[in-house]
This record gives sequence, structure tokens and C-alpha cells, in this order.
Amino acid sequence: MNKVVANAQEAIQGIEDNMTLMLGGFGLCGIPENAISALVQAGMKNLTCISNNAGVDDFGIGLMLQQRQVKKMISSYVGENAEFERQLLSGELEVDLVPQGTLAERIRAGGAGIPAFYTPTGYGTEVAEGKECREFDGRMYVMEMALSADFALVKAWKGDKHGNLVFKGTARNFNPMMAKAGKITVVEVEQLLEPGELHPNEIHVPGVYVQRIFQGVDYEKRIEQRTVRQA
Amino acid sequence: MALDKYGIAQRIAQELQDGYYVNLGIGIPTLVANYIPENMQVFLQSENGLLGMGPFPTEENVDADLINAGKQTVTTLAGASLFSSAESFEMIRGGHIDLTVLGAMEVAQNGDIANWKIPGKMVKGMGGAMDLVASAKNIIVAMRHTNRKGESKLLPSCSLPLTGLGCIKKVVTDLGVFEIKENAFHLLERAPGVSVQEIREKTAGALVASDDCPEMKLA
Repeated sequence: MNKVVANAQEAIQGIEDNMTLMLGGFGLCGIPENAISALVQAGMKNLTCISNNAGVDDFGIGLMLQQRQVKKMISSYVGENAEFERQLLSGELEVDLVPQGTLAERIRAGGAGIPAFYTPTGYGTEVAEGKECREFDGRMYVMEMALSADFALVKAWKGDKHGNLVFKGTARNFNPMMAKAGKITVVEVEQLLEPGELHPNEIHVPGVYVQRIFQGVDYEKRIEQRTVRQA
Repeated sequence: MALDKYGIAQRIAQELQDGYYVNLGIGIPTLVANYIPENMQVFLQSENGLLGMGPFPTEENVDADLINAGKQTVTTLAGASLFSSAESFEMIRGGHIDLTVLGAMEVAQNGDIANWKIPGKMVKGMGGAMDLVASAKNIIVAMRHTNRKGESKLLPSCSLPLTGLGCIKKVVTDLGVFEIKENAFHLLERAPGVSVQEIREKTAGALVASDDCPEMKLA
């Protein structure tokens, strides 16, 4: 068994036009920077991207939007991106807006072998239109379907060569669920370690979910809102 | 005089209780964190995966991997925990968060809220708002009483697409504090110097207000 690949270019082998991808991250925090760069270079088109946000104009998924690689976004919030807005209004881009908790749970369900579930979120709103609604214990719930993807592109802080992963800070966000919901899960890490260097107690995502892992390079980790206080 | 956004936040902070786990939305709600009484321990939840959120970092402590739901750099307090988005919404949907404070474009007298979409304008998305209002035990809306055109945001029914049904129990505006029950806004307190008459004039939804309604007390 060898899950380790040399770089992002090798890691995204097999991603083709029209595929569905999951990309981890919240805003620009915890996004798979290296894999996105490789996708932009490789130029696949008509991709469906499942990601909480759509990056900003010149970073993250915004780079893929610039190259018109994305056909559809499935996200909870897409506010920070003018190119996104332009493509959406001109009809070049489709967007499916999903409440953030429902998005997280649909992805979790996709990796957990649960085809659908009931949630109170969105009942009585347009999010519930056309969906089965059902009463449990006097409250109404909406049935939501699991999400899965051809490839999940995940960013972790540390990972070992078996694919065991540890995340840092709020860069965890959607990454753990996506790692489990990809048919092929590709992980980039800041520190690629030997098996045993991570203590079993500290592992956030066991390696069983991970098919490919590589040492990422040149992380920019751009900050959207740099807010500081005086020392 | 009507409250400014800091006054609204200060009044909402009076609703906090020791040991509360609280989610503060973007905008005025975020300011509530500045008025947590010193003798009280309140844990702030940020739905991108942090419980025990601290203040903004000093310049040398800025960490790109530690942000809040508004994508601002933040810190963790002693006893904080970090988790995935799925776990974050387990806390929210599962009713483990004691209080949610969020902004709104419209609130109806039956407790409906609209705060995510204006037809004809670019829709940015609902983020976590629909999840937050679907199951929080206690939700307070922090908003201005009227919109930029001077029209009441407290309405008989919402005209904008809904975020949640019948979920809002309390509204704090620049003019007063309102409890929603029995299909009406019940005025509990008025802002310092604001008359009941002015509140009546600026509230389109059903209003229950007595002429001797007390004035709110801000420290």
C-alpha cells in the first residue's frame, strides 16, 4: 500500500470534465490550496464543486471560476466574489444554496452510508420546496439527501503516510466530513509524517478514508478579515 | 433618543446568564461580546468550529487558521474547543446552545424571520442562519426598528423569503425590547427618551404597549 503521491499534479490524476468535487474550507481557511492550483493548471471544465464558499476573486475557488471551470456550486454562502456574481447573473454558473448545517450533515451522511435524513432546518422556507416533510413528535422536518463526490480535496495540518489526519484551529471545518464522502479522497498536508509519529489518541480522521496524501508546498493562507487589537 | 448599535448590543447583554453557550451573528450581535459582565462566564460559539472564542488577536498572535464565522481572525480562551462544521451544527440543531443572537431584515408578529434574501438582488446565501433559527432554545433578534426608507421591520407578516417559521421570541431594536407572543409584539421596555407613541407610529405589526412601559436601564 502506498498512498503517498509526489505532488498536487499527481494527486489530482483522474479528475475529468463534468465530475463532482468536494473542496474543504470555510472562507479561505483550510482550503486545499495546492490541489486548487493544480486544477487551474490542468483546466478541467464543467465541474460541480461542493464547498461551503466559493473563494474570493483571485484566490481559492475564485481561481477556478476565473478559468470558467465550474458549472455548478453547492454552497451555503457565496458573498465575497464579484466574478462569481457576474457568472451567476449571466447564467454561466448554477448555484445550489444549502443551509450550512444541512450542507455539513449531507456531506457527513454521504460518508457515513446514510442516504437521507430529516432536519428541522429550512422547514416552511423555500429550501424545503419540493422536498418530503414529515412530523416527528409534533415538529416538522425536511428530508435532505446525502452528498458524495468523485473526488474530495482536503487540507489537513499534519498527516501520516497511512492517511491519518490532524487539523489545526478552525481550518478543520468541512474537511473531516469531505474526507469521508469522496470516492477518492486526496489530502494535502503541511507536515507529512511517518506512521507512529502521530499518537493514535490525537487523530481526527483515521486513514481508512484517505486514498492519496501529499506534502503541500508554499501555503499562502490568505486572511479575509485581518482583525487585531492593541497589545 | 434611539439607541445606537452599541446600545442595542449592551441591552442584549443583559439577557446573558452565567454559564450560557451563545452564538452571536455577524453585525450588531457580534458587539454583544463587548458587554459580557465581568463576573459572568459565557462561552461564545462560532459555527465554523470553535467554542470558547476570545477577542481579536494582537498583531503578533494573528493565526490564519483561527477565524470566526465572519472570517475575522480571533483567539481561543482557556477551555476552548475546536471541531468540525458537522459537530458545530450538532450543537446548534441539537438545542445545546442556550442563546442565539442574530440580525434580521424583517420579523413578523407570529415570530417568523426573514434575513437572507431580497428578490431581485444577488443572493449570497443563508450561511448558518436557517440552522440557527430552526432549533435554538432562545433567539433574540438585534436590528434597527425601521429600514433605510423608514419603514417598520416589525410586521404583521414577512414579505421577504423566510429564514425560519415562528421561531423568534424577543426583538431588541433601537427603540425598545419586544416579546413576541399571542401573535403580537409586546413592548417590554422602551429606549431611553423614546416615547410609546413613537414606537406605536413606527411599528406596523400588532403591538401591545402600555403607556407606562418602563424605560430600559443601561449601565
